[in-house]
Amino acid sequence: MSLKGRDVISIRDLSRSEILEVLNAARHLIPVAEGKKRVTTLEGKLLALAFFEPSTRTRLSFETAMQRMGGQTITIADPSVSSVAKGESLSDTVRMLSCYADALVLRHPHEGASRLAAQVSDKPVINAGDGAGQHPTQTLLDLATMLERFDTLSGLKVVLMGDLRYGRTVHSLAHALGSFGAELVLSSPSSLRLPEEVRHDLDQMGAKVREEEQLERAIKDADVLYVTRIQKERFGDLAEYARVSGSYRFDPALLQKVKSTFIVMHPLPRVAEIPPEVDRTPHAAYFRQAFLAVPVRMALLSLILSGRTGVRG
Amino acid sequence: MPSNVSAPTGKELRITPIRNGTVIDHIPSGLALEVLKVLKVENLDKDSTVSVALHVRSQRMGWKDIVKVEHMELSAQKSNAIALIAPTATISIIRDFKVREKHPVSLPDRLVGVLTCPNPNCITNHGEPVESEFEVVRRRPLAVRCAYCERSMEEFLPHLAR
Repeated sequence: MSLKGRDVISIRDLSRSEILEVLNAARHLIPVAEGKKRVTTLEGKLLALAFFEPSTRTRLSFETAMQRMGGQTITIADPSVSSVAKGESLSDTVRMLSCYADALVLRHPHEGASRLAAQVSDKPVINAGDGAGQHPTQTLLDLATMLERFDTLSGLKVVLMGDLRYGRTVHSLAHALGSFGAELVLSSPSSLRLPEEVRHDLDQMGAKVREEEQLERAIKDADVLYVTRIQKERFGDLAEYARVSGSYRFDPALLQKVKSTFIVMHPLPRVAEIPPEVDRTPHAAYFRQAFLAVPVRMALLSLILSGRTGVRG
Repeated sequence: MPSNVSAPTGKELRITPIRNGTVIDHIPSGLALEVLKVLKVENLDKDSTVSVALHVRSQRMGWKDIVKVEHMELSAQKSNAIALIAPTATISIIRDFKVREKHPVSLPDRLVGVLTCPNPNCITNHGEPVESEFEVVRRRPLAVRCAYCERSMEEFLPHLAR
């Protein structure tokens, strides 16, 4: 099925072949994202960005992706100065934006907000994070980073570390990795374990998943360590936050015991989970990961808005 | 459906026969009052009789509850809600003292407006003009997932839309 005109709310909305189509297109768009090549695939297209929660890299990478391909954006970056502050419902805001733009990117603090937006919008909606729920474009760029480095996703051993309960990036990522046949090792404090429904889904699809609280044991023979930030804003109990936030910090000394091809990933922003010494090692992949956000979002936007990328591949 | 008139027995006469209405039988013992909440019997017209039998001997179930409501035929939404909390229940439609239809409750694959999402951060709990929607992801034991926030639930009584 073509991606043209489609909503992307959850990674579940994309088949494996559609995910690979986006990742393949993204690979060919890297020179465009680097400014070395010019395309005008999205000329005349307007993307509305509605961000009801603070975001730097997600919003900027969507804006960059659109502009690098000749398109334009309109943005709600601060809902406190929009009609939302007057009590307008999300449904009405989305209807209004869908009248103006050709597609809509939404970040919202409430889970399911993008699904609702997709129902009321007659233009495609891309979920850029809804509360502790889904964040499918982050998953796509995470997969792109692993695929670029290892040329495959099947059989990769990926350790997911940190906040697996509230960290929205890991839920989508675990689902996608499971469907591609990667092996998952979960390493988190017990209070931040993967939610039961996500684990249930992984078991249903027959994914290889195990838990290992000891990071040193978890990363032995691993290909990827995916570190998430323990998010203060998701904790009701600040004492619990203080207790667990200190306990998950990657010790660079552990890099002496890993495979030479081992990479460390992080959706960023990091706080103290990965010390800067790791940045200087060949294992650090998180800045490449942040860069790949642009070609991946270019690929997705161009396939949704025009059904093609404008580059050969 | 053909008419199915069963001769009254002593047991049935313990609660009043009804001319027109609905009998919900084979409710797991102890859940009749929850079924009454689903039916919103407080909104029935004042001439309707509601009979409730609690803890009745049942060959099939050991013990069961029965609810009879006059002048009411169940909407699909109420029938779905009963299927969630009392999956063994059977529904009989009575017209002129005769059982005109009798069928077990059945649960569709999607439930609209029947449950509220247990996730307080779900968009359906934040004043948007939208009905809740759940898909059945597993039937035994029953589990449903919110079509919006994708949160699963296996306990339904506290989350029935009232």
